[in-house]
Amino acid sequence: MTTSIGKRELDDAGRALLNRSTRGRQDFEDLVVVPVFAVIVALILGALIMFATGVDLPTIGKSFVALAKGSVGSLSAVSETLTAAIPLVLAGLGLGLGFRAGLFNIGAEGQLLLGGTAAVVFSFTFDGLPFALLMPLSLLAGAVVGGLYASIAGILKATTGAHEVISTIMLNLISFQLLNYLLRQPFIQKEGRSDPISKSVPDAGQLPRLLDWIDPNLRVHAGLFLMLGAVALVWWLLFRSKIGFAFRASGENPDAARYAGIKSGLVIVAAMGTAGALAGLAGAAQVLGVLDRASPGFSAGIGFDAIALALLGRSHPVGILFAGLLFGGLEAGGRQMQVDAGVSIDLIAIIQALIIVFIAAPLLVRAIFPWGFRKSDNASGGSQ
Amino acid sequence: MDVELRGITKRFGPVVANAGVNLEIKGGEVLGLLGENGAGKSTLMNVLCGLYHQDEGEILIDGKPVKFDGPGASIAAGIGMVHQHFMLVPVFTVAENVVLGVEPTGRFDRLDLETARAQVREINDKYGLEVNPDALIEDLPVGIQQRVEILKVLFRSADVLILDEPTAVLTPQEVDDFFEIVKSLRDAGKAIVFITHKLHEILEISDRISVLRAGRITGEGDPRQLTEEQLAEMMVGRPVSFTVDKTPATPGQPMLDIKDLVVMRDNDEIAVNHLSLTVNSGEVVGIAGVQGNGQTALVEAITGLTHTSSGAIVFDGDDITRMSVRERHRRGMAHIPEDRHKSGMIANFTIAENMVLNSYYDDEYARGAAIDWPHVSETAAAFCVDFDIRTPSVFLQAGNLSGGNQQKMVVARELERETKLVIAAQPTRGLDVGSIEYIHKRLIGSRDEGDGVLIVSSELDEIMALSDRIVVMYKGRIVAQFDNTGGKADRNAIGLAMAGATEGAAA
Repeated sequence: MTTSIGKRELDDAGRALLNRSTRGRQDFEDLVVVPVFAVIVALILGALIMFATGVDLPTIGKSFVALAKGSVGSLSAVSETLTAAIPLVLAGLGLGLGFRAGLFNIGAEGQLLLGGTAAVVFSFTFDGLPFALLMPLSLLAGAVVGGLYASIAGILKATTGAHEVISTIMLNLISFQLLNYLLRQPFIQKEGRSDPISKSVPDAGQLPRLLDWIDPNLRVHAGLFLMLGAVALVWWLLFRSKIGFAFRASGENPDAARYAGIKSGLVIVAAMGTAGALAGLAGAAQVLGVLDRASPGFSAGIGFDAIALALLGRSHPVGILFAGLLFGGLEAGGRQMQVDAGVSIDLIAIIQALIIVFIAAPLLVRAIFPWGFRKSDNASGGSQ
Repeated sequence: MDVELRGITKRFGPVVANAGVNLEIKGGEVLGLLGENGAGKSTLMNVLCGLYHQDEGEILIDGKPVKFDGPGASIAAGIGMVHQHFMLVPVFTVAENVVLGVEPTGRFDRLDLETARAQVREINDKYGLEVNPDALIEDLPVGIQQRVEILKVLFRSADVLILDEPTAVLTPQEVDDFFEIVKSLRDAGKAIVFITHKLHEILEISDRISVLRAGRITGEGDPRQLTEEQLAEMMVGRPVSFTVDKTPATPGQPMLDIKDLVVMRDNDEIAVNHLSLTVNSGEVVGIAGVQGNGQTALVEAITGLTHTSSGAIVFDGDDITRMSVRERHRRGMAHIPEDRHKSGMIANFTIAENMVLNSYYDDEYARGAAIDWPHVSETAAAFCVDFDIRTPSVFLQAGNLSGGNQQKMVVARELERETKLVIAAQPTRGLDVGSIEYIHKRLIGSRDEGDGVLIVSSELDEIMALSDRIVVMYKGRIVAQFDNTGGKADRNAIGLAMAGATEGAAA
């Protein structure tokens, strides 16, 4: 029966322990230097690939100028970058949260599709509601449906041990066909159309555009605040809340989490549900802010890009935000590249893939740029 | 064959694992290499085995300098290592395991198992190993498996045998048999390096002793003239007390009452077989036994980590058989798990986070849905001071701490709160003497405050030093009980019970 805890008076020795050690050089290298170099190497290799496919040097130069111009070169470019980043970051946050809990969720694409569809359906079903209710509730509908859809994989894993990679891939396939089916239902399908496309989102359900008072073509919308809010929320959830502690403990060391009395089933379902809700929110933001309607494959691979994004961002909300902005910029810039230099937008996909490869292989980056890093002590210490 | 290590220095970045170590290994002699975990014993031996390459210094075999560019080269030179963790294929026979990688072959590369068996038998007879070459590894007890490892090394015609902590997995009786084998190898002219941190063993078997501390040789000598106290001082760098200071126990009411408990393993084998055991408040009960006799399952059943098949577990008057891990913890059960890396801590979490690993949800640390991190950090800092955990900051990742400090962190987390029952599994495994001393003191402290303490350890010395009462577990049952007031339990009788000799006779 040891001393009760209560508030303790700390002596000097104790207070000294509360000093936060400055971020180590190692952390800095892992979090900043490696990603920066990865992007640079990927861009260089992208240039080499263009060269190898017969693009001449001036065009390569022109395409990189276009890439920069199209992503950050003008107000409209920034607007496009941000617009592309919003759903990427939202879905990436969900995946990152899942990774932290040890769940490799491949199902963001499906969760995003169904969440987006739910938001569209909700918005035109309750057309009469005022903006202050309809827009937020439509978003909520998207989050709820995305969360429920992801929970299926969570419940399967918690109760039967079915691996989430397999079940979420299957749920993706189901969602594609389910969407096709739903879009042909009379209460969803747009009147007078025979192809699978939904009715439009009413004005009161739309995420308002932020800069249309400058130029009506600037597409960046209020989902931007949703995105920033979600970054803060996920950060709080992961690093400040009780459930987040349980998520991270389960992800880092399931045995220790079990020892600590954390219920793994609960964590799995809750983490999958939250991840799905964020993916659903991404879908909702995309339809309410940009697309105005649901159509087959409207997700355009955002749910898969978000996996790369979450890895690039080291499953950290702030990292995911920056990774999302980078990917958004690549996408917006890539379109400009195609227009200005006639280079295929597929090159952007190649560059994105290369970035991921280099991020996933920090040792490779260290080997290519030895001068960028302090000499590493890989076999550090210990004789065991 | 004689081997000499001269001025061996091995660095890992800024860490110096070995600093100018000189060591002589002579044929027909057992060299005892003593040192705490992390003293650099394994690094030194890995240099000798060609796994690491030294930064400075040289290795001489029979006076001639040699250079090993890999393990293959050192094996060819006649140096063989028996690792602490066996590297055997369970579904292969002894002979198959021994020849694995250097199989005698006939025409067309046909595996010649008959020759293999004959060769194994020959080595067997020569050194009195008494291993059946046709037995399957999985059917053999650990002590025999170890002999198979030795056979493997001898088969590759090693003249220098490095035995890394060979007695860690053996019962006291098996240790005696093992020492006979070591002696017969020595008498046949082999050079033996016997690595251990157990003082009485090194005094018993060695012809010469070298002590390693912090990468340097801190003492050498003749075991006939050295005492355990002197060796310990060389090993730790300060005088060490071996006895745990404690007064006779004053047992109170039963704190833990296990009645006819049955626990099954995943493979439907019985792990705990109709076991009954009582731990009273204010006493330390030690469970002795060779690893793998159901101790782990018993601890998991008590702490709620595994399901029980039948029987009851009563904790402080309440039946807790079906309660969750968290509820048991909340009621004052402390659990020091047997493997801190596997389940006791999260290496990538900070010390502060680890300190609240199983109490973060508690009103003490939580404010609504959030955790009060400033309060957690302050509490963790207080725990660190209290338990003398050496760290620059509570925000350091726990994986960066030394093993001793990690274990102190786990023990601090478990004991620094209102407890009634302490379940400590292997509480000091792999720790340095200083940490062991400290953790033992705290466990006895819990007892003196009226907790019931149950200790499971494969180190009989630890059980003997701490327990007021000793029970021996064998094949899932308690086969013997001993009163250990004043440390008077019969060590030999416990050893026999651990080997199953008294099965059915007691308890």
